[in-house]
Amino acid sequence: MFEQQLINALSLGSVYALFALGFTLVFGVLGVINLSHGAIFMLGSYAALLLVQQLALPLWLALLVAMLVTGSIGLAVDYLVLKPLRARNAPHLTPMIATIGVAIMLTNLAQGLFGAENKRFPVGTIPEQSATFGHVHVTAVQVGIVVVSFVLMLVLLVVMRRTQLGRALRAIAESPKAAYLLGINVEGLFTMTSFAAAALGGAAGVLVGLSFNAISPFMGQPMLHKGIAVIILGGMGDIRGALIGGLFLGFAEVMTVAYLSSDVRDAVAFGLLFLILLVRPSGMFGKVLERKA
Amino acid sequence: MATLMPLLEWFDSFWSTYNTVVFSIGVNAMLALSIYLTLSCGLLSLANAAFMGIGAYAASLVSMHTGLPFGVALLLSGVLPALVALVIGIPTLRLSGVYLAMATLGFGEVVRVIILNLEFTGGPMGINGIPQKTEFWHILLLLGATLYILARLRRSKVGRAFEAIKEDDIAARLMGIDVAGHKLLAFVLGAVIAGVAGGLNAHYTFTIGPGNYAFENAVDILTMAVFGGTGNLIGPTIGATILTLLPEVLRNFKDFRLAVNGLILVLVILYLPKGIWDPRRIRSFWQRRRSARASRMKGVSDAAL
Repeated sequence: MFEQQLINALSLGSVYALFALGFTLVFGVLGVINLSHGAIFMLGSYAALLLVQQLALPLWLALLVAMLVTGSIGLAVDYLVLKPLRARNAPHLTPMIATIGVAIMLTNLAQGLFGAENKRFPVGTIPEQSATFGHVHVTAVQVGIVVVSFVLMLVLLVVMRRTQLGRALRAIAESPKAAYLLGINVEGLFTMTSFAAAALGGAAGVLVGLSFNAISPFMGQPMLHKGIAVIILGGMGDIRGALIGGLFLGFAEVMTVAYLSSDVRDAVAFGLLFLILLVRPSGMFGKVLERKA
Repeated sequence: MATLMPLLEWFDSFWSTYNTVVFSIGVNAMLALSIYLTLSCGLLSLANAAFMGIGAYAASLVSMHTGLPFGVALLLSGVLPALVALVIGIPTLRLSGVYLAMATLGFGEVVRVIILNLEFTGGPMGINGIPQKTEFWHILLLLGATLYILARLRRSKVGRAFEAIKEDDIAARLMGIDVAGHKLLAFVLGAVIAGVAGGLNAHYTFTIGPGNYAFENAVDILTMAVFGGTGNLIGPTIGATILTLLPEVLRNFKDFRLAVNGLILVLVILYLPKGIWDPRRIRSFWQRRRSARASRMKGVSDAAL
């Protein structure tokens, strides 16, 4: 029983981590809490659904194209909303409120275009194989989710730690102005980060759409709340933190449902968030933040 | 008299159709002012929807299960959120910026889940059949009182301290201002205003549920304040009025009403960073017009000479 819960927790947690990764990347590099990330996640789900339904693309191709689609939406949001605010040097809460407007807009557009009801992938498009080890049951979708999430997270980690690009991004995270003086193309990397973050969010959307096989315009909001909790748990802007925080939240939720009650499931994320903020505002692994005067 | 009759009839039909809209404008204005108050002290708190909910549930339960007058219910709808704000404010207000926003957001969700799972709050069904005791003058009086108190506060020593903290809390502390105390005061007062607004709201909507006080509602409240402008008291009031009327005006857009709402929020932030009520911008607009007209007039008189 416990082993089964561990498998469920791993698959749920890796989706949380993947979603939070894009979220934390934008915060780390651009310094913006992008509250439209949940809506972009939801659009990723719809993109994959339409690609599979209308064009009969195989799942892996639908996943890639959906990532391109949501990445482009992320680019558009950055170009139309965040960039003008950067140019104006707006106070840091302003872009956050602007992305709330974007989220409302995208959610309502999806509702108007696709309807408010739950949509499902056509029968036969989701692999139904599963394997049983002892009394542990693993589905192909679960394996796919964990593999895809971890591959994407690994790629991002390697890029951030080992490449010139990652070094530039970390420099921007430290201080955009200093990075600019060092000859780094700050504006270009901001744009690229917005694309990558939205693509990761879209990928998470596709995976969640597959695992629950229920896609609705409103699936972004709860996920956004989880994402917020994860990046607070892991420390804002911390990529490894998002990974561990996501897995931790998945674990906490699955165990709460299994051993306590499913009623309080939604309170787990925020209870944890609240607690962490009171005890360790810089996250579980964060350095103690000091104010730069 | 004969000419007045159609007018009165028109007013009667107008009022019976739109009185809830007018009530909502008043309540939303109070909510927008409640978040204005915390913002004026430099705190972005997203807990005001939760405080509104606590106030609404407290007042409704008093009205439904005790024979106490409406005034007592409303009083409680202010006191209970104040106590909760006091308890959670002391640890939470050490946080600043986005961290505070996230913590208060988390608090709001926890309150929603608690209300959802409690027995006496009616769980997911909420409370139905709340007596409709809110009269128009109640809202007018309480909104007026809120505006008056906030206006007085703004010009007082406390209001100046809020402003100093908003600009730079370390500098404020160096000037001898009790930063933690003032932040807590703004937070608790904001909770009182939001709670009373919730109490009033519950007594004309007939029914309340946990879904009325979720993240989306916190965002709605914030949107009204930001849309109107948070530099003064008129901004949030106007913002609440316009955004409450907007859905009525935008009926033609049907399915895409909220999308238009979101678009307006984005456009205002991009092009009117201080909200639509920005006295300086309005003044300079009129001055430009006047000087343009003056120079035109001058041109005319010059030509005549």
